[in-house]
Amino acid sequence: MADFLHNGWSLFIAGVTLLGILACGLLLYSQSKVKVKVGADGQPLPVQTTGHVWDEDLVENNNPLPRWWMIMFYLTIVFALGYLILYPGLGSMQGTLGWSQVGKYAQEMKAGEEKYGPIFNKYQAMPIPALAQDPQAREIGERLFLNSCAQCHGSDAQGSKGFPNLADTDWLYGGAPETVLASIREGRHGQMPSMAAAVGGDQDVRNVANYVLSLSGSSHDPIKAVMGKAKYAACAACHGADGKGNQVLGAPNLTDKTWLYGGGLNNVMDAINKGRGNMMPAHKGILSDAKVHLLAAYVWGLSNRQATVAGISAGDARAMGKLTGVSDTPARQ
Amino acid sequence: METSPPKQYSQQEIEQSLYEVRKKIYPRALTGWFATWRWILVWFTQIIFYGGPWLTWNDRQAVLFDLVSRKFYIFGLVLWPQDFIYLAVLLVISALALFLFTAVGGRVFCGYACPQTVYTEIFMWVERKIEGERSARIRLDREPLSARKVALKGSKHLVWGAIALWTGFTFVGYFTPIHLLAEEVMSFALGPWETFWILFYGFATYGNAGWMREQVCKYMCPYARFQSAMFDKDTLTVTYDTVRGEPRGPRSKQADRFELGMGDCIDCGICVQVCPTGIDIREGLQYECIGCAACIDGCDQVMDKMGYPKGLIRYTTEHAMINKLGRRDIWRRVLRPRTLIYFSILGLIILAAAMSLALRQPLKVDVIRDRGMPRATEDGSVDNVYRLQMMNTEEKPNRYVISVQGINGVSIVSESQFEVAAATTKAVPVRVRVPAGAAQPGSNRIKFVIQDTDDQSVKITEKAVFIVPR
Repeated sequence: MADFLHNGWSLFIAGVTLLGILACGLLLYSQSKVKVKVGADGQPLPVQTTGHVWDEDLVENNNPLPRWWMIMFYLTIVFALGYLILYPGLGSMQGTLGWSQVGKYAQEMKAGEEKYGPIFNKYQAMPIPALAQDPQAREIGERLFLNSCAQCHGSDAQGSKGFPNLADTDWLYGGAPETVLASIREGRHGQMPSMAAAVGGDQDVRNVANYVLSLSGSSHDPIKAVMGKAKYAACAACHGADGKGNQVLGAPNLTDKTWLYGGGLNNVMDAINKGRGNMMPAHKGILSDAKVHLLAAYVWGLSNRQATVAGISAGDARAMGKLTGVSDTPARQ
Repeated sequence: METSPPKQYSQQEIEQSLYEVRKKIYPRALTGWFATWRWILVWFTQIIFYGGPWLTWNDRQAVLFDLVSRKFYIFGLVLWPQDFIYLAVLLVISALALFLFTAVGGRVFCGYACPQTVYTEIFMWVERKIEGERSARIRLDREPLSARKVALKGSKHLVWGAIALWTGFTFVGYFTPIHLLAEEVMSFALGPWETFWILFYGFATYGNAGWMREQVCKYMCPYARFQSAMFDKDTLTVTYDTVRGEPRGPRSKQADRFELGMGDCIDCGICVQVCPTGIDIREGLQYECIGCAACIDGCDQVMDKMGYPKGLIRYTTEHAMINKLGRRDIWRRVLRPRTLIYFSILGLIILAAAMSLALRQPLKVDVIRDRGMPRATEDGSVDNVYRLQMMNTEEKPNRYVISVQGINGVSIVSESQFEVAAATTKAVPVRVRVPAGAAQPGSNRIKFVIQDTDDQSVKITEKAVFIVPR
């Protein structure tokens, strides 16, 4: 564990440590006796001052300390040596107990695993739709979500620009429980290359963008849209001839009003000109499978409110709002 | 204290240890006004300490410091980590009270209320009951080992050990529910830390009250050091009246001391024998003196027997000794700037703490804005998402309704009512919407109002910032 470049350094440090302890012992021993003057009667004189005086009349006396105190000083030396034998501390020596920070960490994790493992294992054995109905599982899922997912997707899972909304019913890759699980575990890499060259010149890009906007009934220039329709063929390979997208590729549906990067002409032109790249990191190495399973159930439950008990958590309410059109947020999944 | 060496000494030097072996002190038992007060305080403090954990409140232990769930229960009061300031306030109050009492009456805390004194008193009582009076104890210690000595000493240590273990058990009972702890002890199922602390606290009690006694006050205790620094010339301290007492000496009760030219002190040594720190108060105030007034009780009894007035050793002040002040003047000088300042600061802090506890809301909220970009919707309105960390400090579940204000037309567009279980914390996401053009680009101030649905008086307002993209 000790990161010494050379064993000599380890010995040097160990030597300094031991010498220091030894010096403390010698100092204690040498200072535990004092020479005192003897009076005329052959008896040592009563307590004398050390000769130090402050504030004119405050003197330091030479009163003896209690013996148990000195013994305790020696005990600290015994303690130090005992500690150095048992624990790492003497150069690169490991200590006979084999204690290490990494070992301690592993031990704590193991203890945690033993304590919480059964709970997680119970849930991992349950199918996701059933978990989405279990209040405790949803609570655990929500806490996991707030810790691990909310940084991007938002505390209410409704995403923001570039981060998909998980609480609506639009899915980039599909909303089946296994698909959600796969998204979390393996991550997703959404890519749209720059299509400017494939579409043509600047004017063509503008026209195609207008056509794309027309698919979802967003405000657009109808003449330009008609002119762009033919050029849309370049996009149809992924987004489909009808613009309904392709969940195998994760190509978004262009006929709804859910925009991952925002709607409107400029945003769509940006996408055609520059392409889009998006990355959801894989969580399989970060969270245990059981936790991913719980998270998938929580996320799936957000947009499948009939599968969850109403009123359990805010997620349901949001899903309800979603379906009743109270909240329309331009993000898709 | 003799500080200057005598003039004549030989040039000879001998080596002496800088350390000394403790000379055991055998305090003589006594009764009296001050001893009675000390026993009253022993009973008072120890009934509270030993009895405290056995009280129940709301179907739980009345006083419980639950470290695992980080909640301190004190009867109806539940303190959370956020209330840690009250611990600081408690320490400030304790310190100021110590200053005040010390300025008025010297080391009264040491003499009557300090656990070291209290447990030493209890342990000495046990010692006296088993080994006998002072002289008997001295004899016993000098005797060679015998069956009787082993029996006496052994039974004394057994009783001490029992008291000490019970003390350790009680102490841990403030942290682990004591009924549960009792069950664990019975079934040998104590956790490692519980075992350690029971034994540690028990050992500390046994060692300090049984063996160390005055050594704790003389060499370990920090209060002892700085309490002495808080004395002034009007502080009441245990004082031997040298003028009245000297020249001391034995005499017959019938003799007229004035004719003999003697003071009132008959040099009986009672004051030295009763002293728990083994000093002679007649040499003046010494740092070892813990202000227990045992010598006053002892001396007053002797004065009574002699037919002399009481108070040869008494509580008095330096000023009174020098200027021959009477009782009234002494008491008048108790109210001096120093004590009045201590008293008013103490009063203010106690009042402020009581007010703050009385007005404490059983709900705490932290508002954390999601760091994501705010979102502009189709119609130009803007959404911000917040996470509200709601802490219900009451011991019953509560429903809270959240509203928001501060910008025209600002509203919550997600669930705004939440149930939080008893004495738990819940993080809830809240989406806030501001209509188009209602707020300036940049950050705008808003306020969350969190209100208990059942209890109108429970209401918290938390500031937050609403971001509108530029």
